[in-house]
Amino acid sequence: MATVSMTVNGNAVAADVEPDTLLVDYIREHIGLTGTHVGCDTSQCGSCCVMLDGDSIKSCTMLAVQAEGAEVTTIEGVADNGEFHPMQQAFHDNHALQCGFCTPGMVISAIDLAAKNPDIDEAGVRRGLEGNLCRCTGYHNIVKAVLAGAQAMKG
Amino acid sequence: MSGFNYHKASDVADAAGKSSSEDALPLAGGMTILPSIKLGLSDPSDLVDLAGIGDLKGISVDGDTVTIGAMTRHADVAGSADVQNAIPALAAMAGGIGDAQVRNRGTIGGSIANNDPAADYPAACLGLGATIVTNNREIAADDFFKGLFETALDSGEIITAVRFPVPARAAYEKFPNPASRYALVGVFVSDGPAGTRVAVTGAGANGVFRQGDMESALGGSFSADALEGISVSEGDMASDLHAASDYRAHLVGIIAKRAVAAAAG
Repeated sequence: MATVSMTVNGNAVAADVEPDTLLVDYIREHIGLTGTHVGCDTSQCGSCCVMLDGDSIKSCTMLAVQAEGAEVTTIEGVADNGEFHPMQQAFHDNHALQCGFCTPGMVISAIDLAAKNPDIDEAGVRRGLEGNLCRCTGYHNIVKAVLAGAQAMKG
Repeated sequence: MSGFNYHKASDVADAAGKSSSEDALPLAGGMTILPSIKLGLSDPSDLVDLAGIGDLKGISVDGDTVTIGAMTRHADVAGSADVQNAIPALAAMAGGIGDAQVRNRGTIGGSIANNDPAADYPAACLGLGATIVTNNREIAADDFFKGLFETALDSGEIITAVRFPVPARAAYEKFPNPASRYALVGVFVSDGPAGTRVAVTGAGANGVFRQGDMESALGGSFSADALEGISVSEGDMASDLHAASDYRAHLVGIIAKRAVAAAAG
């Protein structure tokens, strides 16, 4: 067992875990934040995306011990005092989800994509979301939402 | 996952020492080793994390050479103005690996140490005539890749950097598997101080390889037309559920022409 400490959504957290504990399991089972989903568990679907030190990553393909000292933001941490993040609002406005399982990862990836590419176009969104799968095949509205969210994030 | 011990190496010597036992593995970005462990394809006794070694990160350009630290992430290579200026084909190649999240974790050193037969970086190293620098020696890319998931690295040998000679022209084209984004066929071509090179990934039954007939033809005339009529041996190609060997052989010709046209353009 090793004690792993990090900052999750602005809060310092620590837990004793085995070295083979995945970051997603640390977040869900040790910290109790279950908004980060496990879909494929093989780093393909992107449901488990979280922000790690400013970059979106797949938390099913990272060990908790590798995140020692990191700043992690999960879907629970993107809203601001009860106000949706502009990207969450854009997903809501554009009905960019059906079952919602992929949505936390989609929103995290989209925030990262838009933050780094403020003037992104539709092709860029489609390419940028290659690591996130929606099995309801709702990509059309997701792409519309990410374009709208990117505009909103520019303020 | 099966249990393993985790160590965070303090420097390269520490990493080499801790990963020298037979069942220990260095851990770079983890984009292959962690899925492999989860699938039961790999069962290391110890993982030696290289992420804390600052010396292994970063990009520098010195005259006609681009040097990339082994722990430099794909996203950093893709976004580097230095690499974009010196070897735009290399930056573009790095920007096309996997997906955004893979590029935010995966590293050049991890990719080439793993030598997946469908990975992009082996083609770039072979196609540009790179030199792989380790804690013990320097290895020419031509001598580094030894078949499927095999390299010239010894146990406990740690890649520290990769040096790329700046070519006069180069390009990488790939036909990605639509699901995995790995190269079904990828061809890196270059022309410059390291000669005229055509390196093919994804297609070969024995991993990344140079296509000598194409290199000879391009040495005479660096144009897509020069590749007309050159056939690739079907018997040397991989065949699996994603593509049969004859289809891969056909694609090598097509993708090579596109790469040459992009480089020559």
